[in-house]
Amino acid sequence: MKRIIYSEIEGRSAAFRVLVLILGAFVLAAVFGVFFGEHGGYSGNGANNHVVWGVPDVFAMFLIVAASGALNVAIISSVFRKTLYKPLERLSCLLAIALLLGGMMILMLELGRPDRVIVAMLNRNLTSQLAWNFILYSGFITIVIIYLWFQMERRMNRFIPAAGMVAFIWRVILTTGSGSIYGFLVAREAYDSAVMGPMFVAMSFSFGLAVYNLVLLAALRGSGREIGDVLLRRLGRLLGIFVVVVLYFAAVQHLTNLYAAEHSGVERFILRDGGIYTLLFWGGQILVGGLLPLVLLFGFSRRGIHPTGRIVALASMLVIVGAFAQLYVLVIGGQAYPLNMFPGMEVSSSFFDGVVLSYTPSLVEIGVGLGAMSLSGLIVLVGIKVLRFLPATLANSAVDPHFVATSEKP
Amino acid sequence: MSARKTKPGTAAEYDPGRRSFLGSAAAAAGVALAPGVFLYGIAKPESAAARGLDVAASSDVRWGMLIDLNRCDSGCNECVNACATENGIKSHGRPETDAQWIRKVDIRDPRSGLSRSLPVMCQHCAEPPCVDVCPTGASFKRADGIVLVDRHRCIGCRYCMMACPYKARSFVHEELEDQKPHAPRGKGTVESCTMCVHRVDADELPACVEACTNTGGGAMLFGDLNDPDSEISKRVASYPTRQIRADLGLDPGVRYQNL
Repeated sequence: MKRIIYSEIEGRSAAFRVLVLILGAFVLAAVFGVFFGEHGGYSGNGANNHVVWGVPDVFAMFLIVAASGALNVAIISSVFRKTLYKPLERLSCLLAIALLLGGMMILMLELGRPDRVIVAMLNRNLTSQLAWNFILYSGFITIVIIYLWFQMERRMNRFIPAAGMVAFIWRVILTTGSGSIYGFLVAREAYDSAVMGPMFVAMSFSFGLAVYNLVLLAALRGSGREIGDVLLRRLGRLLGIFVVVVLYFAAVQHLTNLYAAEHSGVERFILRDGGIYTLLFWGGQILVGGLLPLVLLFGFSRRGIHPTGRIVALASMLVIVGAFAQLYVLVIGGQAYPLNMFPGMEVSSSFFDGVVLSYTPSLVEIGVGLGAMSLSGLIVLVGIKVLRFLPATLANSAVDPHFVATSEKP
Repeated sequence: MSARKTKPGTAAEYDPGRRSFLGSAAAAAGVALAPGVFLYGIAKPESAAARGLDVAASSDVRWGMLIDLNRCDSGCNECVNACATENGIKSHGRPETDAQWIRKVDIRDPRSGLSRSLPVMCQHCAEPPCVDVCPTGASFKRADGIVLVDRHRCIGCRYCMMACPYKARSFVHEELEDQKPHAPRGKGTVESCTMCVHRVDADELPACVEACTNTGGGAMLFGDLNDPDSEISKRVASYPTRQIRADLGLDPGVRYQNL
């Protein structure tokens, strides 16, 4: 295989600067929004004493899950030795770090006492999944930085497979841990399930690759670099497979619950009677995030039509929209359904017992989510401008080890 | 045998007049008034309850409550009001973000139409999920079974609220003023029923139990579940009682009779 050449993007165009400014403004708006918006209290938030975690946690889960998934592209190259993916390694690591930092920004701003982050660092209750996740998140960033350094420093290249393996194991544990935040909640019928951990791993494959595809295609397009159909087809097909796996886990999750009579209430709520949650489940998660991307990615291949960059980008966008729908249904919908304290009884109180809870995200909450996504974007933008993350070309001739051989054969 | 254990605060036996008499008489005389009854801060406390601040809570005691629903009237809110007064919990007219440490829940069997009303507060579980999930260890269980939040260590992540099967915890959404010195609270942290730990430690009854006894239906009984001679243990041993969501295996310290 030819030597891969990486280069910084120029980053002097007006478009680049405007993008940096916009993303920066979103980050600042999120931080100041939290500081001033919540200074007088939290009662303006959509989240309350009944729907406890709101839209920021949907964004946080998306970013954290996508972070470990974005790293997969590098793992495929260094652990599973698929040389085609080699040029994609560096950006994969950068994106993983950027997404996780975005997620961590939300988790911090979402605290009732963000000033006490140090308390969380100094006091760890090791029976808490959240405490473990703080360790897993910071460990992930450390490991990926080292992994990235091994890739970028030629003398350390021989350690890439080992670092990749460590990163791979770590990220599987991390995503399982993120799912287990919900899976370990025995009191809530929508969560309490061992499938949450593995399902989050599957979701990370899909969501992370979708974000990776979009970032890669945008960066290549923005810097006038080429990507050949060999790689494009591979990325599209892989995304399609991951989408199928996520659908599979969603089916297992809901069918298992449906079979148990005690959980039929929450399933009826999500699948049939839940209003916005039902709409988001069928329309967002299943149709937009599942079936449409599959049609785009696989639907025409039998006629010999393979997805173009635009099709892969569109499918990736749909997967991301579906991802938000899925996480919204899971995080918010799971809380909107009332706790079942007295099975079989009608329950009422002044504390919203026994009723479906309402939730409307506040501007500050949405701002926190968008700010965190902007932070991730900003890190990637600045990263590819100052360091050599992006391959100079991804044309077939540069990436496909068989390309020269096949074209030179008589 | 502790003073508390020998005189459990039963609904029938408890006499508030006697308690206030003890308090004022002790303040004047500063002596032990009756054999086995010592006053907190005056005589050296012998009971696990009326212990000095430097003495750790003991696991010999498991504080609990028994609530008889036959005596709990749907319209009665004495326990809720007493809790709010005791702990300085005010409504801001925003029910979705207002804190509630104890609430009255009405339940009705849709088949038979049978209805019941009961107070629900922190159930002070022996295996509290809130303590398990708390990342900083701010949620903790005292040796005597009372589950509390260390407001200095709580970072306001609200994971305990996600984990609690009883919706017993509230996040403080609003700026606070005029706090009660014995029940400190903090904006941005999570709180719940403390079983009036400040009163229990001073050998008094939780405010809700006291109010229920004095002006309510006399439905609430507080005492030591570990002491076989306490009134609560005798009642639990004599009558069928239930814990809410007993299936979860959390062994709550609050039990209900006639549920």
